[in-house]
Amino acid sequence: MNSKAYDVLALIADRLIENRDYLTDLDREIGDADHGINMARGFGLVKEQLPKDEADIGVLLKKTAMILISKVGGASGPLYGTAFMRAGAVMSGKTALDPETLKEMLQAAVKGIQDRGKAVQGEKTMLDALIPAQQALDKGIEENKPLAECLADMAKAAAEGAEWTKTVKATKGRASYLGDRSIGHMDPGAVSSTIMLEALRDSIG
Amino acid sequence: MVGLVIVSHSAKIAEGVREMAEEISTNGVKIATAGGLADGSMGTDAVRIMEAVKEADSGDGVLVLCDIGSSIMSAEMALELMNEGLDSGAILAVIADAPLVEGAIAAAAEAGGGTSLEEVKAGAEETRTWPKL
Repeated sequence: MNSKAYDVLALIADRLIENRDYLTDLDREIGDADHGINMARGFGLVKEQLPKDEADIGVLLKKTAMILISKVGGASGPLYGTAFMRAGAVMSGKTALDPETLKEMLQAAVKGIQDRGKAVQGEKTMLDALIPAQQALDKGIEENKPLAECLADMAKAAAEGAEWTKTVKATKGRASYLGDRSIGHMDPGAVSSTIMLEALRDSIG
Repeated sequence: MVGLVIVSHSAKIAEGVREMAEEISTNGVKIATAGGLADGSMGTDAVRIMEAVKEADSGDGVLVLCDIGSSIMSAEMALELMNEGLDSGAILAVIADAPLVEGAIAAAAEAGGGTSLEEVKAGAEETRTWPKL
């Protein structure tokens, strides 16, 4: 894994910015139509403000977290902020990523989101993309599959999880105010999580 | 004296609640706000909340009141980050499980009497069951 950490985060930012309107439209269906705007704003500033030559991956991830918690605005701020903060703690002092640390990092990030949001799998949240993704990555690494395959499995599981969120009613967040009307619509957070993991796959796979 | 922080997705709501709470408070209870984002858009900002807590603290602790949804997560994150790694100088701050307007007013009234953070929190949380009609 030789890509600079900054470049990975920059690709994540670019993908979220590209998908700004798509995410906003999803959020218009069952939320307050700002998820895309919020993510594009937050990650746009991440791309602008992170030091490009910082070698300590933990430092970059923690700086990302601090930008997200003050610039995203909605629930994704503290949720993704906590994820990046916890990932940053795992990567503190590290300048390279290997499969084991990647596994640890994603586990810590997902646990951070669970701790902060107090949701579990099945409640139509970003966890419905992230938990299957993390499990798929773990499985691939344990089975010693080539990294590119592990990352592909991870991203595919995330996308399938996001798709699954269409089938259930929201019980968390603004969508929960809509009850049954939220059925048939994907959770925007599950989609933005998928976009991020696909960018991760594409930049380090 | 316990200080208060008013957290809202909306700067206008936070300011308005502060105004109402200031009217009822005696002895100059410190009330700081953290409403909306720095660019004026709606949302909550954990860094801003941290700054507000520091502003409201005068050594006896701070009670944080939130509107709905993600403001609570932002506040929780703010409190975690604020005291991280501090050996001394940590601020005692807690979030009230109370409605924003009623809780802030009850808290301001309590705090003005010089009571403890626990009592101010309890005063705010009693308002959960106040009927409107």
